Amino acid sequence: MSRLFAVVNVLGKMILIFGLTMLIPLGLALWNDDGAGWVFEESILITMGCGLLMWLATRRYKRELQTRDGFLLVVLVWSVLPAFAMLPLLFYLPQLNLSMAYFEAASGLTATGATVLSGLDALPPSINLWRGEIIWLGGMGLIVLAVAILPLLGVGGRQLLNAEIPGPMKENKLTPRIAETAKGLWTIYASLTLACAIAYKWAGMDWFDAVMHAFTTLGLGGFSSHDASYGYWDSPLIEAVAIVFMLIAGVNFATHFLAWRGKSLTSYRYDSEVGWYVVIMLISCVGLALYLWFAEVYADPLTALRYAAFNIVSVATTTGYSNTDYSLWPMFVPLWMLFLSGFCTSSGSTGGGIKMIRARILYQQVYREMIMIMHPNAVIPAKLGRSVVASRIIQAVLVFLFVYTASIAFMALALTFSGLNVMTAFSAAVACINNLGPGLGDVGPASTYAVLTDFQTWVCSFAMLLGRLEFFTLLVIFTPAFWRK
Amino acid sequence: MKIIILGAGQVGSSVAESLVSEANDITMVDVDSKRLALLQDRLDLRTVVGNASHPSVLVNAGAHDADMILAVTEHDETNLVACKLAATLFNTPTKIARIRSTEYLAHPEIFSTDNFCVDFAICPEQILTEYIEKLIEFPEALQVLDFAAGRVSLVAVRALKDGALVGQQLQELRKHVPNVDTRVAAIFRKDRSIIPEGDTIIEAEDEVFFIAAAEDIRTVMRELRSMDKPVRHVMIAGGGKIGKRLGEALEKDYQVKVIEHNYQASERLAGELHHALVLHGDATDETLLESESIAEMDMFCALTNDEENNIMSALLAKRMGAHKVIALINRRAYVDLVQGSRIDIAISPAQVTIGSLLAYVRQGDVVAVHSLRRGAAEALELVAHGDAKSSHVVGRKVEDIKLPKGATIGAIVRGLPKSESVFGGNLISEQGKISRESDSSVQVIIAHHNTVIEQEDHVILFVINRKMIREVEKLFQVNVGFL
Repeated sequence: MSRLFAVVNVLGKMILIFGLTMLIPLGLALWNDDGAGWVFEESILITMGCGLLMWLATRRYKRELQTRDGFLLVVLVWSVLPAFAMLPLLFYLPQLNLSMAYFEAASGLTATGATVLSGLDALPPSINLWRGEIIWLGGMGLIVLAVAILPLLGVGGRQLLNAEIPGPMKENKLTPRIAETAKGLWTIYASLTLACAIAYKWAGMDWFDAVMHAFTTLGLGGFSSHDASYGYWDSPLIEAVAIVFMLIAGVNFATHFLAWRGKSLTSYRYDSEVGWYVVIMLISCVGLALYLWFAEVYADPLTALRYAAFNIVSVATTTGYSNTDYSLWPMFVPLWMLFLSGFCTSSGSTGGGIKMIRARILYQQVYREMIMIMHPNAVIPAKLGRSVVASRIIQAVLVFLFVYTASIAFMALALTFSGLNVMTAFSAAVACINNLGPGLGDVGPASTYAVLTDFQTWVCSFAMLLGRLEFFTLLVIFTPAFWRK
Repeated sequence: MKIIILGAGQVGSSVAESLVSEANDITMVDVDSKRLALLQDRLDLRTVVGNASHPSVLVNAGAHDADMILAVTEHDETNLVACKLAATLFNTPTKIARIRSTEYLAHPEIFSTDNFCVDFAICPEQILTEYIEKLIEFPEALQVLDFAAGRVSLVAVRALKDGALVGQQLQELRKHVPNVDTRVAAIFRKDRSIIPEGDTIIEAEDEVFFIAAAEDIRTVMRELRSMDKPVRHVMIAGGGKIGKRLGEALEKDYQVKVIEHNYQASERLAGELHHALVLHGDATDETLLESESIAEMDMFCALTNDEENNIMSALLAKRMGAHKVIALINRRAYVDLVQGSRIDIAISPAQVTIGSLLAYVRQGDVVAVHSLRRGAAEALELVAHGDAKSSHVVGRKVEDIKLPKGATIGAIVRGLPKSESVFGGNLISEQGKISRESDSSVQVIIAHHNTVIEQEDHVILFVINRKMIREVEKLFQVNVGFL
C-alpha cells in the first residue's frame, strides 16, 4: 500500500495546484459579476481542502517515484481531477447529475470535447472559460504525458521515439529532467496559445471568445462557448485561423521544441510523422471537397472546400469543432473523417487516436509481409525514414492496435447493448476512444451526449480515459501483477 | 627508395611483392610473426615484429631514414597514429594510410599536416567498388580505368566477330567514327601483345585496349562488338564491406539484390540499404538463386571474402542463366583458371588497389597507375615538367619522344589545376568528381604522332611490359644539370 500512498502524496499536491487554477474563472466571475462567483469559491475551498488533506495525510510516505508508480499516478490524475473539475458545473447547473458532470469534466481534461451541455450561449462566461481552461490544462498534461512519461513507461511501442526526444528517457526515475523538458514544451504550448488568441481576435472574435477558443484549439479539445460552434461566426477567416492552429497542435510538440531551440525548420523535415500528416490532410481535404461538389452538396467548389477543409481538419486532428452539420453529408464523408481521426495526429501532440507513427509502422509491416511472401529469404527490417524499428516495438504496436480495435468493438457493443442504435453506438465509441468529441447519429455535431443514459455516459467517460491513457497505462493498473511486491 | 610497409595483410603483401621487383628497399612490420616469416621466405625484404603504432617498432624498422611509410594495417586508427608518429618523430617525407571507414573519409581535413599528417589516404574497398561500378555501367568492357579525374578512360574490351571493325585494318576506325577521337593503345591476342599500327587487323577474340574521352566509350565499343542491353538487375553475393558499398552505390539506379549468409550481417545490411532487397542465404544454393530468378539478372557479382565460394557461385549463376558474372578472386592461379571461360570477369582486389599505391611510389610526378592484365602491363598518368631544354618530353612531338618499344602515349590532358595533380584522381573520388564540373578550361587531346607535349601536360601512357617503366620514368624526369 505504500506505493499508493506515495502516489497519493504527489496527487494531493497536484490537486492543490489544480484548485489554484480555478482562481482565473473566479476572477472573471467577480469582475464580470456574472453570478457564478460563489460556485468557484466553494469549488476552490473543497478542491484545495481535499488536496491539502491528501498531501498531509500521506506525508510520511513521501519518496522518489519509480517508473511503475508512474502508471498509477497518471491514471489517478486523469480519473480524479475530473471529479474536482466538475464541481463548478455541478454547483451552477442543478439539473446536471453526477454522471453527466463527470463526463463533461473528463471530456475536458482528456481534451476530447464531447459535451452534454446545451444552451452554451446562455452560460456565464466564467463557466465557459473554465470549460476551455480544463481542456487547455488537460493538453498541458498530455504533452508531458505523451512526450516524456509514456515513452518512459514504454506503452504501445512509445519508446521508439526515445532517440528523437529532447531530454534523457533512459533513466528509470521520474527525475527533475522531465520537469526541464516539460518547461520547454509548456513555453511553446503557451506561446502558441497566445498567438492563436491574438489571431482569433484579429480575425473577428471578441477577447473572451478568442481566449476560450485558443484554449480549446491548442488542446485539440473542441469545446465552444456557442451551441453552433464555429457556425456562430460563419467567417472563413476565423475558420482559416482555426485550421492553421489545429494543424500546428496536431504535430509533435517535441518537434516544435527542437525547431524553436534550433531556430530552424529542419526538425520538421526529420520528423517521421509531419510529412505523412500534411499529405494525408491535403489529399483528404481536396478529395472530399471535390466529392461534396460533385455530389451537389455545395454548388460552388470553393464553398465545398471551405466546409470540407474546416470540418476534416477539425475531426482528423480530433478537435471536434464544426461549422455545419456534417452528419447530413453523404455518409462516406463523415465516415472517412472518423477514420482519419483514428491515426492522423502525431505522437507527442494533444491529439488522440493511435497516432501517425504507429500507423506508419503498421503500414511498413503490411508491406514487409507482402515482400516476404514473394521473397521468402528476404531480410526486411521495418523502417521509419532511415532508422530500423526494433521487432520488440513492432510487436508492441501490433498489440496496441489489437487492444485499440478490441476496445472500440467492446465499447460499441456495450453501448448497443444498452439500447443505442448501431451508428450512434459505433461512432460514439470511436469518437470517445479517439478523444475526438462529436460522433454521428444521435450524438452528431448538431446534438450532444445528453441523450445518453447514465450507464452509457459512464461507458463513454471510461472510453475517453482509456483512449487518452493509451489503454495499457490504464489496463495495467487492473492486473494483479502490478500490485504484487 | 626505402619504404616501410605497416601491416602484412593482403594489400600489404601484394604491394610489397610488386615493389620488391622494382628494386626498392622494403621493411615490413606486423604483429603476426608467422605471416612475416611466410613473406620473407618468398620475397627479398626485411621484417620487424611489433605494433605498428609504437615508436620503438618504427625505429627498429628504420623509420629514421625511410623515404615513405605505407600504413596498411587493418585498423584505421593504427594507420592514422603511425602516420602522425612518422611525421612528428622521423619527419618521413611521404606517408600513405589505408582508411576504410567512411566516417573518417567524410572529413578529409583530419588528414592535413596539422592533424594526422596523412599525405594520401586510400580506401581499397572504395576503389574496388568504383571499379565494379564502371563494369556495370559498361557491361561490354573487361576493364574501365579513369585518368585525369574521370576525363579520360582506358577501356579493355574483347572484340567479337559482329563488331563493325573486326576483320579490318585499324586505320578504318577513323572512317567508321569520324567525330570521335580515340587511340588503340594495345592489342592482346591469345595472351601475346601486338603493338597496334595503322595496318594491324583486328580479329575476333582480341583483347583491345583503347583510350577515349569518357563520353565516347560507347561509340568506340560499338565498333568492336555488339552491345549488350543496359544493365537493370544486379545480384550481389556477399554483403561484406565491398558488397555493402556496391549496393549503396547501385541501389538508386539499378534493381539490386544482395545475398548474405550471416543472418545478423544481413539484418544490419538491410538496415543500411534502402532500396536494395537483402536476402539471407547461401549464394551457392541453387534453389535460392532459382527462386530469386537468377536467369533475369544482367549482372551477378560474387564479392564474398571466400574466393572458392565466389568461383563456385559465379559458375553456378552463369550456368543458371545470369547474363554476365563477375567474381572477386585473389589467387593468380585461380584467375588464370577461370577468366574468360565461364566467368566473364575475374577481379583481383589486390591488383585493382595496388595501382593507387604505386602512383606514390613511382619516381617523377605520377598521378595515377593502373595495373593491367594481372600486373604484367601498366597504364600511367604522368605530369610533364620542365621545358624543352631540361626535359626529354616537353616541346616534342609524340613521334620524336624516345619511348621504349611497347610503350604508347594514348592521350594528353591539358590545363588541369595544380592541386588536382597532387591529389590524384583515384584518391578520394568525390573530390575529383566535383572539380571536374567546376572547370571548363581542361582539354582532352588524344595523342597522334604529331601532337606536341607542353609543360604541365598530363600524359597518359600505356606500357605493355612492366620492365619498361624505369625507362619511361627516367624519360619524364627533369634533367637536373640544366636547372
